[in-house]
Amino acid sequence: MEKDTLQQALPLDQMLIAQYRKNKELITANDIQYVSKLREEAFQTFMESGFPHSGMEQWRHTDVDVLTEDAYLNEMEVPDTKKDIEELFRCDIHNFDTETVSMLNGWYIDKDSPLKTLPEGIVVGSFREAMKAYPQIFEKFYGKIVPQNANGFVQINTAMMQDGVFIWVPDGVKSTKTLQIIKIINKEEQLFVQSRNLIVLGKNSELSLMHCDDSVNQQSSLVNTVTEIFVDENAKLELYKLQNLNDQSGLINSTFVQQMANSNIKTNTLTFNCGLIRNNIHVKLDGQGSHADVLGLYLMDKQQHIDNQIRIDHNVANCTSNELFKGILDEEASAVFNGYIHVARDAQKTNAYQNNNNILLTPTATINTMPFLEIYADDVKCSHGATVGQLDQEAMFYIRSRGISAANARLLLMYAFAADIISEISIEALRQRIDDMVKKRLRGELSVCDKCVLHCGAPEKEYHFDIDLSKI
Amino acid sequence: MLLNIKNLTVAIEGKEIIKGLNLQVNKGEVHAIMGPNGTGKSTLAAAITGREGYEVTEGEIWYKDQNIIEMDADERANLGIFLSFQYPVEIPGVSMTNFMRTAINAQREYRGLPPMPAGEFLKLMEEKKKLVDIHSKLTNRSVNEGFSGGEKKKNEIFQMALLEPTLAILDETDSGLDIDALRTVAKGVNELRSEENAFVVITHYQRLLEYIVPDFVHVMYDGKIVKSGSKNLALELEEKGYEWLKEHSLA
Repeated sequence: MEKDTLQQALPLDQMLIAQYRKNKELITANDIQYVSKLREEAFQTFMESGFPHSGMEQWRHTDVDVLTEDAYLNEMEVPDTKKDIEELFRCDIHNFDTETVSMLNGWYIDKDSPLKTLPEGIVVGSFREAMKAYPQIFEKFYGKIVPQNANGFVQINTAMMQDGVFIWVPDGVKSTKTLQIIKIINKEEQLFVQSRNLIVLGKNSELSLMHCDDSVNQQSSLVNTVTEIFVDENAKLELYKLQNLNDQSGLINSTFVQQMANSNIKTNTLTFNCGLIRNNIHVKLDGQGSHADVLGLYLMDKQQHIDNQIRIDHNVANCTSNELFKGILDEEASAVFNGYIHVARDAQKTNAYQNNNNILLTPTATINTMPFLEIYADDVKCSHGATVGQLDQEAMFYIRSRGISAANARLLLMYAFAADIISEISIEALRQRIDDMVKKRLRGELSVCDKCVLHCGAPEKEYHFDIDLSKI
Repeated sequence: MLLNIKNLTVAIEGKEIIKGLNLQVNKGEVHAIMGPNGTGKSTLAAAITGREGYEVTEGEIWYKDQNIIEMDADERANLGIFLSFQYPVEIPGVSMTNFMRTAINAQREYRGLPPMPAGEFLKLMEEKKKLVDIHSKLTNRSVNEGFSGGEKKKNEIFQMALLEPTLAILDETDSGLDIDALRTVAKGVNELRSEENAFVVITHYQRLLEYIVPDFVHVMYDGKIVKSGSKNLALELEEKGYEWLKEHSLA
């Protein structure tokens, strides 16, 4: 593709605005009318608001300016990548049978077909294809789960996104395999990548989904992903997010979930590496009896930065939520946790729990943790807690007094700290792989993978504390 | 000589706790160290096992013909020194099994041995569990997590049995134990006693020494060993009380 000279000269927001105006036809080429209409509205909003910046309260501790003031290439047409696909997307996770969907630089890569129906009835495919095939679903859900006042990243995504993943689990359909979305960034230039996902779970349906954000090379990139998820009555969703990008990358990841009565979700956001990550997870409990587990683990070092902004809206009575985020920060890494629970006036019998625990391995690592409860109902149970600490020196001596080296004692304690997030992964094979990855990460051996985040060498064998008695 | 402590002075945050202590332990011996609270018994255990923050300001600790005062705790453990903690530490998230297998293999590695095969390790666990009558449901849990006081102490002896140290230091292992647990712990220790190892049993009371009969009894007071003798010294001490010591040490 011919390079737009604009892209080399301007900061990101100006470049995008210019690009939108110039290439509107190209951007909207696959649209249904409804989607185009939202683009125009979002574009206007973005023109007024621009990107969020560190002067704004919710962005105070995360300096996105360094990312948004830079110049990027934003590809507007599907790149010709056929040649690379086989090489990049080979996936052979041990004992982990998944249905895989791949994205390269924000574009859905159709190995078989851009839109397919899996044997059990789940529809999965490219966002741009899906909107033409299922306009009624888009009109019902797309852009409806995102709040009106969403930030500039979400607006520019709505305005200019061109592809992403669409998943529709019809009523009563249950996934038998975990569906895995692998998103790879691989480009010589500094790339700005947007993708938009729409996931709709019908009544009584079930979906297990893994979403891997990954970079292949050491080039910098900025990824801006927006995901909308609708979970209808009695439906059940498990969502695992794996984030393993290089130190030059920025990832802005916004996930909006709407839950109806008696639905159940569990999200687990596992962050292993990335220069700067902002995770916005916003769950709206809109049906009685619904439950959300929102979990996360972050293992950061060097000068990496992670910002988890979690918001749970208890909009109706009798819902429960459970937030637990744990982090280990080494060297000069920094983290932000903002847990916001909003309980509406009529949301009686709400039970909401929130916790954020951190280990700082060095005096130069930092964490800003901010629990925030806003409660308008009077019959609720809400609790929050936050801890920041170092490794327990008593435990260190105890372990070392048995002959275990200081390095391994540290690993044992860090691993133990992370274990209660890992143990919440209900798919056995995935849990083992994540377990391996956490150990590798803690030992500093997990690099940005050359193929896929879950494709990182053979499983662990010879690590002494890793013994699974059930296997003997 | 297995352990030879010469004129040892230990300070914590600049404050001298042990003030010129001498102790010799040979293989095959059991030494009891008694004395009132705050005389430096646990500090002695910490100094021998290499706990950080315990500064040896004077003297030497010779173990197997090496002065070990500069060694890290894990290296001392790898040389065969074991500490049964007065207050065993809970480590949530680390299972007993993984902990012990890691420890055994670390020690084997130090000695140039390959890791113990899993099957062999499990057999060893089963065998040693019987020794201290520790239940499998405990060994499947996280280290010491939710263990009762007695279970924690049994667990220390269980670990000792697995690691087979040459020199074991039992720091107030009897504190908080009921008589049945005390007997179990003592039985474990007695079965592990051999001509090839030695025990230093730190205790406040004579009671434990009825079950673990020492070859020597030392009485510590104000950072020093003020009196040494046979097992009868413990009885004498029990009878006369620690007040008697004060006069003795001042004399």
